[in-house]
Amino acid sequence: MANEAWLKSTIDGRRLVLAAAGSWTATHAREIEPLVDAAVPDKTKYEQVDIDLARVEHIDTFGAWLVERMRRSATAAGLKTAIVGLDTRFKVLFDEIAASNKKDAWRPRHEMPIVVSLLHIGKSVLATRDDFVDMINFLGVVTVAFARVAVKPWKFRFTSIVHQIDIVAFRAVPIIVLINFLIGAILAQQGIFHFRKFGAENFVVDMVGILTLREVGVLIVSIMVAGRSGSAYTAELGSMRMREEMDALRVMGFDPVEVLVLPRMIALIVALPILTFIGSMSALVGAGIVTWLYGGMSPEAFIDRLREVVDLNTFEVGMWKAPFMAVVIGLVAAVEGFQVQGSAESLGEHTTSSVVKAIFLVIVLDGLFAMFFAGIGK
Amino acid sequence: MDAQNIDNVISVRDLVVGFGKQTVLKGLNLDIRRGEILGFVGASGGGKSVLTRTIIGLLPKRQGKIEVFGKNLDELDELERQKVEKRWGVLFQGGALFSSLNVIQNVQFPLREDLKLRGRLLDEIAVAKLEMVGLDASVCEKAPSELSGGMIKRAALARALALDPEIVFLDEPTSGLDPISAGEFDELIRALQQTLGLTVFMVTHDLYSLHSVCDRVAALADGKIIAEGPVDSLMNSEHPWLKAYFGGKRGRVAMAGKRS
Repeated sequence: MANEAWLKSTIDGRRLVLAAAGSWTATHAREIEPLVDAAVPDKTKYEQVDIDLARVEHIDTFGAWLVERMRRSATAAGLKTAIVGLDTRFKVLFDEIAASNKKDAWRPRHEMPIVVSLLHIGKSVLATRDDFVDMINFLGVVTVAFARVAVKPWKFRFTSIVHQIDIVAFRAVPIIVLINFLIGAILAQQGIFHFRKFGAENFVVDMVGILTLREVGVLIVSIMVAGRSGSAYTAELGSMRMREEMDALRVMGFDPVEVLVLPRMIALIVALPILTFIGSMSALVGAGIVTWLYGGMSPEAFIDRLREVVDLNTFEVGMWKAPFMAVVIGLVAAVEGFQVQGSAESLGEHTTSSVVKAIFLVIVLDGLFAMFFAGIGK
Repeated sequence: MDAQNIDNVISVRDLVVGFGKQTVLKGLNLDIRRGEILGFVGASGGGKSVLTRTIIGLLPKRQGKIEVFGKNLDELDELERQKVEKRWGVLFQGGALFSSLNVIQNVQFPLREDLKLRGRLLDEIAVAKLEMVGLDASVCEKAPSELSGGMIKRAALARALALDPEIVFLDEPTSGLDPISAGEFDELIRALQQTLGLTVFMVTHDLYSLHSVCDRVAALADGKIIAEGPVDSLMNSEHPWLKAYFGGKRGRVAMAGKRS
């Protein structure tokens, strides 16, 4: 195929003939484009430009557009233009193309990078504020839904709650037990290793006991639940929103918050203390085994020491925090789920940020609790 | 290229497709001629989409032969197959626009990936395609989720046409559109077919579309093509399913609409 010479210009007095040849198709568009742009004639030399298409073998939208672009730039330069030798088969195509990309056509906008990054910072600050407001708002909505159900207990979606508790609490038990067991064991091992240097191995029990019951147990459980169930809630609620299931509920006279969010929230509030208890016990078992096998302290001694140094108070502090963590995880999951827009990308984005925000807020809340309990002397 | 001389751009021979124990297409034969608009009708769940998806390679076949541009798809290696695939465009029923890209990016996607177009030409061609399907520049930066049903179909058609394919597969292009939009879409398909010299394979339930744009109609029942030809010849067919299809209330109304 004679694709070497796509465009040849010949001068005929004050008339320039641009003769196109070969395949003016999609595959060659990239190579033809520079030729077309280079062919823009000098106004001073010519009056008329003829674009001769008689020798073109194939032409498609791409070729037609490039011809049209050539014609437009010549016209813009103040020259008379004509397209000659056009096969009648392509007339419709050329008419169609000639009507496209007119003056108000779309042009990509290019922003300065600095402006974009500043804009980004500004937007995320505002988004943080909006998130905070949304969460408070949602807490109110959920409370109202709860109050409404509380006065009409038969509207309580018992089956749904049991189902959710099964998913959130009982199916999470193996992983929670495993992780907390390992964390307890690691804490104990590290404690023994370092405390041994000054013969304070016994204090490992103090450290592990207080740390796991008060802080680590509930934190690890909350982080696991945020990753495991918070993300699932956001994804479920988000895809229900995408597929108009929420609208379907609403038009049938159901409140999506009452039907979808409340059972999940209650399930979380029930599940987290249970999991925290199981997790903390598992951590203590892990610590006990390590102090026995690695530290040489008998299990009896471990339990005696534990009884001596850890009072019920420590255990209570950990357990008290659990339901609040549950509320934060549930709220973040629901708020993010309700913010999902139509696209798959948005669903992914909100699921990610549900987990990240929930984990962040759980840790912040833990810090606030530490200050609170210190304040009331517990 | 000898493919140019071959009248049938697609020919399907003795095609058998099934899932598990169920056989959907039982030895189907079908020819699609160059430059025609072939309407494809059949009962819901009868295998219309299955045939489309088998031809474009989304479903495996059990038996039979599919030739596209005179080439047996089974005998092609991956590279040749990709070349063939670039010569057809597909409009999926729901549009299947990429939800993470906006409209113009959706149209630009094949241009960018296949033709490696960049910059000005990329933008201009994409806008030209959108304008050809009757969308204007204001939708360029909208996300697919912000579009109406008709606009989604148009944008998806623009994407299907991005590489100037020779064949377009349309899966129920007018379903879910109001009659005015559906009529406009029919005209658009006809106009584009004439402008770009397309061959169109159109799965449809829309009786008006069959009358107004299709050159030929093929009807599928019991896993086989029971009739093919101009829509009028199908309407006179004695096959019980076709009689029910065209003789039903909706069929008669559509026909009356055409005559008036």
